[in-house]
Amino acid sequence: MSWLDFFRGQRKEPPTATAAKERLQIVLAHERIGRTREDFLPKLQQELVAVVARYVSIDPGKVNVNLDRGGDMSTLAIEIELPAPSAMRVVAQAR
Amino acid sequence: MAQVVVVTSGKGGVGKTTSSAAFATGLAQRGKKTVVIDFDVGLRNLDLIMGVERRVVFDIVNVISGEARLNQALIRDKRVDTLSILPASQTRDKDALTREGVQKIIDELSKDFDYILCDSPAGIEKGALLALYFADQAIVVTNPEVSSVRDSDRILGVLQSRSKRSEEKRDPVKEHLLVTRFDPARVERGEMLKLEDIREILSIPLLGVIPESESVLRASNTGTPVIMDGESNAGQAYADAVARFLGEEKPHRFIETEKKGLLKRLFGGRAA
Repeated sequence: MSWLDFFRGQRKEPPTATAAKERLQIVLAHERIGRTREDFLPKLQQELVAVVARYVSIDPGKVNVNLDRGGDMSTLAIEIELPAPSAMRVVAQAR
Repeated sequence: MAQVVVVTSGKGGVGKTTSSAAFATGLAQRGKKTVVIDFDVGLRNLDLIMGVERRVVFDIVNVISGEARLNQALIRDKRVDTLSILPASQTRDKDALTREGVQKIIDELSKDFDYILCDSPAGIEKGALLALYFADQAIVVTNPEVSSVRDSDRILGVLQSRSKRSEEKRDPVKEHLLVTRFDPARVERGEMLKLEDIREILSIPLLGVIPESESVLRASNTGTPVIMDGESNAGQAYADAVARFLGEEKPHRFIETEKKGLLKRLFGGRAA
């Protein structure tokens, strides 16, 4: 940027270094926790699917796990596609 | 059948991940179904450069060990809908990758994607060897600097002797040279290797020249592949390289110094 930009007024875009710092703080905070304990997500997913499968026959391929790590809060969304009601009844009768 | 493309260099820090992110995004922007895989197990960074680090749930090691399915580990890009990312594991070591495991993943991805980009780790150890093993094409990222050129030559040797294609005595891996961090002004002052010198030494076809550019750091700060910065020289140079990769003829740009007038010398800025 030349000194003339000073007179051109506002920069076109905000500086990006702040974004870099914030992103690093969030990702590192999560990774440091992860270092001291085992990654629980695979096991959590398996157990959840097992619990649901006790009641409904589900396709393990139709389980989606979505995570959004944040600074103050993270969201974990687990989406399990259930079969049509007819299929659910079959499991219920089988028990 | 998908094309498997490895982005490799031997040397670290030359721009493999930046180039993988830019190339994958560029191919996807042109409507090609593209997935980019981070092979740097233990030191993943592609997720940061792609800006998806907050959404990583499962990774390539989870898939290989059967803890997650491939479609659960794939992260779909929110900017370009034909683009997906398969992250590396951050906690495991490189031994968690196996040739059979990677083979299965590539076979499965081949059904759904046009291009599978493999972002190689530096070095010529297990991770790098696995990243290039299945390649049909290789993009060799090289800086105009002696150690980088030497390591590129070394990795070309590895491609010719240790890839699946070479082991099966099929047509060799198609090699492309991508010169990054090129500074024409320093070449003019005789401080940097010339493009012709690098081409002469490595003697593989030149895919593109990416100029040294401030936009690359800005892009990594925000997690936006630099090819999405269409105003920057680097972004445009990557877009040209992607076009050439897809068979278009494009003259090389940003390889000579911009002739600056007096006014621009006084008031003009630096490389965009």
